[in-house]
Amino acid sequence: MSKFNKKKDGDVPAVSTASLPDIVFMLLFFFMTVTVMKDTSVKVQNELPKANEIKKLEKKDRVITIYVGAPTEEYQKIFGTEAKIQLNDKFSSPSEVGPYILQERTKKSEDLQDVLTTSLKVDRNANMGIISDIKEELRKVNALKVNYTTYEGIAFDNLKN
Amino acid sequence: MPRRGAPPEVNAGSMADIAFLLLIFFLVTTTIETDAGLDRMLPPIEDVTDPPIIKQKNIFTVNINKSGQLLVEDEISDIKKLREQAMAFLDNGGAAKGSEDYCSYCKGKRDETSSDNPDKAIISLKNDRETKYDIYITVQNEIVGAYNELRNREAQRLYKTNFTDMEAEYLNPETSPEKKEVLKERVKKIQELFPQKFSEAETSSGN
Repeated sequence: MSKFNKKKDGDVPAVSTASLPDIVFMLLFFFMTVTVMKDTSVKVQNELPKANEIKKLEKKDRVITIYVGAPTEEYQKIFGTEAKIQLNDKFSSPSEVGPYILQERTKKSEDLQDVLTTSLKVDRNANMGIISDIKEELRKVNALKVNYTTYEGIAFDNLKN
Repeated sequence: MPRRGAPPEVNAGSMADIAFLLLIFFLVTTTIETDAGLDRMLPPIEDVTDPPIIKQKNIFTVNINKSGQLLVEDEISDIKKLREQAMAFLDNGGAAKGSEDYCSYCKGKRDETSSDNPDKAIISLKNDRETKYDIYITVQNEIVGAYNELRNREAQRLYKTNFTDMEAEYLNPETSPEKKEVLKERVKKIQELFPQKFSEAETSSGN
């Protein structure tokens, strides 16, 4: 019998967790490198349309973003449900777009000032009227490079509703 | 004399907890952004005292009304056919052989009532103030798609690669400078074959 008893006192060895921190650190570094801190909170509905002939906006520091869309529910009481322009953290009128672009442009370093792109993040339900106003303003301040930011997808899906 | 053995090992068991905490923080703050879209250039504001005369046949008009219907070359059309129509127009090459506008690489129908050559062809887009943005983007997407398909065709013929791939590689910051120089030349060459001449009229208000 002693043969069998011997086995009993050899407990299952605990799984070594010594490498757990290494694994977690690996994950941590991954997320640290891909993280972009949110600098503005979006106060408008912002469901972008889809397109497939898209180009990536490669360099973050060369991009100025303008949000357009109907205000989110909590702001609807004050600002209504018509699509609005959001610059930085506040709702603005089209005439403020020009000064905003100029102001953002002076913040960038000098060699980047000529290669800036304006990224228009527009809700798919917005009307073209407000976009035309923005484009007019952008032309006035000579910010001609625009990027209609979209999701990647089939463009014809936009037509279904 | 105190006994000097190996120093006691530091307990690293809580290391994982600390790392997890940091990990969760970064997980929560991460936004993987949607940074892609349709690149367009707006026309600069300039006083044209003497606008160049453009032949009607070299203009491809696209009108979008407020309910999202399309009027292409004065005929009601479907958005799904737009790319095909735009490609047929751009690639037409209607100028007669021997004339200076003759397009040697065009594979279109060479219809005399359509565009002379890609360099002359202009796409004009007009929309209503009440047009929905997603319809507009779909139309833009189709027009960019038409150009890209034609450019890809030429890039395949000349360099055995796609124009869109070439451009993406050119814009990629990891590409070496020597390679960029070569690509720049090629991208420019293709862009000259099918230049994007695109006009957006001021939007009409009302109906």
